[in-house]
Amino acid sequence: MTGAGYDLAAVGVLWRRDLLRFFRQPSRLVGALGQPILFWAVIGSGMASTFRMPGTELGYLQYFYPGVVLMVVLFAAIFTTLSVIEDRHAGFLQAVLAGPASRGAVAAGKVAGSASVALSQAALFLLLAPLAGFPFLSVNWPLLLSALSLAAIGLAALGFSVAWLVDNVQGFHAIQMTVLVPLWVVSGAMFPASREHPVFSVIMRLNPVAYAVSATRLALAGPGAPGALPGSAARDLLVLALFAAAMLSIAVLVARRGGTR
Amino acid sequence: MTPAAPAPRAAAAGPARLAVRDLTFAYGARRVLEGVSFEVRPAEILGFLGPNGAGKSTLFAILAGLLPAGGGEIRLDGERLDPRSRALRARMGVVFQEPSLDAKLSARENLLLGAALFRVPRAEAETRAAALLEAAGLADRGGEAAGKLSGGMRRRLELARALVHRPEVLLLDEPTSGLDAAAFRRTWEAIEGQRRANGLTAILTTHRPDEAERCDRLAILSHGRIVAMGAPAALRSAVAGDVVLVEADDPGPLAAGIAGRFAVETRAVPGGVAIVRERGHELIPRLVEAFPRGRFRSVSVRRPTLADAFLHLTGEALAEETPAGGASPGAVAEATPPSVGSSASTVRP
Repeated sequence: MTGAGYDLAAVGVLWRRDLLRFFRQPSRLVGALGQPILFWAVIGSGMASTFRMPGTELGYLQYFYPGVVLMVVLFAAIFTTLSVIEDRHAGFLQAVLAGPASRGAVAAGKVAGSASVALSQAALFLLLAPLAGFPFLSVNWPLLLSALSLAAIGLAALGFSVAWLVDNVQGFHAIQMTVLVPLWVVSGAMFPASREHPVFSVIMRLNPVAYAVSATRLALAGPGAPGALPGSAARDLLVLALFAAAMLSIAVLVARRGGTR
Repeated sequence: MTPAAPAPRAAAAGPARLAVRDLTFAYGARRVLEGVSFEVRPAEILGFLGPNGAGKSTLFAILAGLLPAGGGEIRLDGERLDPRSRALRARMGVVFQEPSLDAKLSARENLLLGAALFRVPRAEAETRAAALLEAAGLADRGGEAAGKLSGGMRRRLELARALVHRPEVLLLDEPTSGLDAAAFRRTWEAIEGQRRANGLTAILTTHRPDEAERCDRLAILSHGRIVAMGAPAALRSAVAGDVVLVEADDPGPLAAGIAGRFAVETRAVPGGVAIVRERGHELIPRLVEAFPRGRFRSVSVRRPTLADAFLHLTGEALAEETPAGGASPGAVAEATPPSVGSSASTVRP
C-alpha cells in the first residue's frame, strides 16, 4: 500500500471523528447557536443607539451580523484545535500518530475536521440571516461558502500550530487572548476603519480575518456592502486562499518537526 | 538459564519475529537506552521489567515508531525497517498506557476508525470489530460510548483496537496500570486468548511482578540496559533461599539490630525488614526469642518474587515494597498469584 493512501485514510478518519463528535453532542449544538445569538443581540443592541455609519441608514445589528459569523468561525476553529493538546498525549490522536499515516496527514486531518465543525456552526448561525436583513435569496452563497471555508481552514491550521507548539492549555489560552481574538477585533467585524485612524486601517489591511469579514459582507449585502474593504471580492478570496495555504503548510511543518511526546 | 517453557508457551527455537540490535537513545547528554538487543519469537510474550526511569517508555516509543532511535536496528520477520518508517508502524499494534480511545464515540466506532487508519476494507473491518468485541466480552456493549464503559472494559477495548489491523507484533505499555485485581485478570485472559487463537506475539513493559510472572520471558531493564533475560522462574531462582520479612514500625534500627545479632544481610523496606537466607524458616524462632515482645508485629517467610529477583540482579528496588511481599501498594498485592508471594508461615510474637 502506498503512503498517500494511508495519509488520505487518516485525514478521512480525523475529519469523520470531529463531525461525529460535534453532531452527537446536543450541548455543543446549543452552545454553537446560543452564544453568538447572545453576543449579537446584547452587544448589537447596546451599540445600536450610538453607532452611525456615515452616509448610510444601516443599523448596528445589520452591520455587526457578518462580524459575528466570523467570530463563530474563529472560536469554533480555535476550540476544536485546543483538544489537540490533551488528545496527543492521552487520547485518540496517540493512536493516529502510532498508525502508518505521516505527521503531515495528522495535521491536515485535524484541520479538516476543525474547519468543518466551524463551518457547521457558522451554517447554524446563518439560519438567522433574514432576521439581520439578509434574505436567503439575495445571498451570494458560492462567495460566502468560499470565504468562510478558506477562513476556517486558515484559522484552524493556525490554532493547530499554536496547540502543537505550546503543548499546554494555559499557554494556548494566553496566545488565543493576545493574538487570535485581537485578529477578530481589528478585522472590521465590530467597527469600521475610519479616516481619523490611519494606523488602524493599515493594521486591518494586514489582517487576513479582515478580508474574510469583507468577503462575508459582500456575499450577504451585495457589491458595495457597507463596511467592506475597498476592492473586489475576488481579491478578498485570493488573500484568504494564500492565508489558508500558508497556515496549512506551517501546520504540516510544525507537526513533522522532531519526535512526539 | 532458560528452562523449557510449558505449553502453550512459545518454543525457544525458530526465526525471530522481531529482532532488535544495539538500540540507543539519549535526551541531550542523558543516555536513556544503551545498546538494547533482544529477539521475540512468534507467539511469544516478552516482558520488560523495570522501575520508572529504567528506559521502558523510551523503548516502547521507539518500537511504536513514535520516537527516532539514536542508533541500532529493528528487523521484523528478517526485514530491516527504518525505526521511523510507516512500514514499521503499519505492522505494529500499540496499546498505550494513557487512554487512546475516543470517549464520545461508541466502542464499535472506535474499532472501525482504528481499522480505517490501516486501510482495512469497511466490510472486513465490520467483521473484525464484531469478533474482537465478542472476544473482549463487549459484544452487547458495542453501541455504547467508550467513556461510559468501566476501566477494565476500556482496557480490553484498547486491546481490541490495537489488534483490528492484525499487527505482527503487539506492544503494550504497562497494560494493566491502575486496574483492580478482577480487571487485571480479565485483561490477561484477553491477551492470552488472542495468543491461543491467533498466535499473537506481544512485547510489554511493566513494573508489576505479578504481571511479569505472566510473560514467557522477561528482560530486566535497569538504567537503559538489559541486565538479565530469562523465564520468570529462572530469574526468581537467581535468588538463593527464602525471604524472611519482619513487620515493624522502625525498620532502620531493627535492620541494624538483626544484622548485628545474626550475622545476616538485612535491608529495611517500608514497614519492615527483609532478610534473604537459605532455610529461612529456621531463623524465625530465633528472631522471635531474640527480641522483646512488641519489638515487631509479625515475622513471615516466603519464596522470592520477581521483585526480590530484580533487587538481587540490579541492586535497586523495583518499586516501593510492602512487607506483604507485593511490590506495589493496593490492588497490586491482591492480584499477586498465590504461587508468587505465598507465606509459608507467620508467627506473631
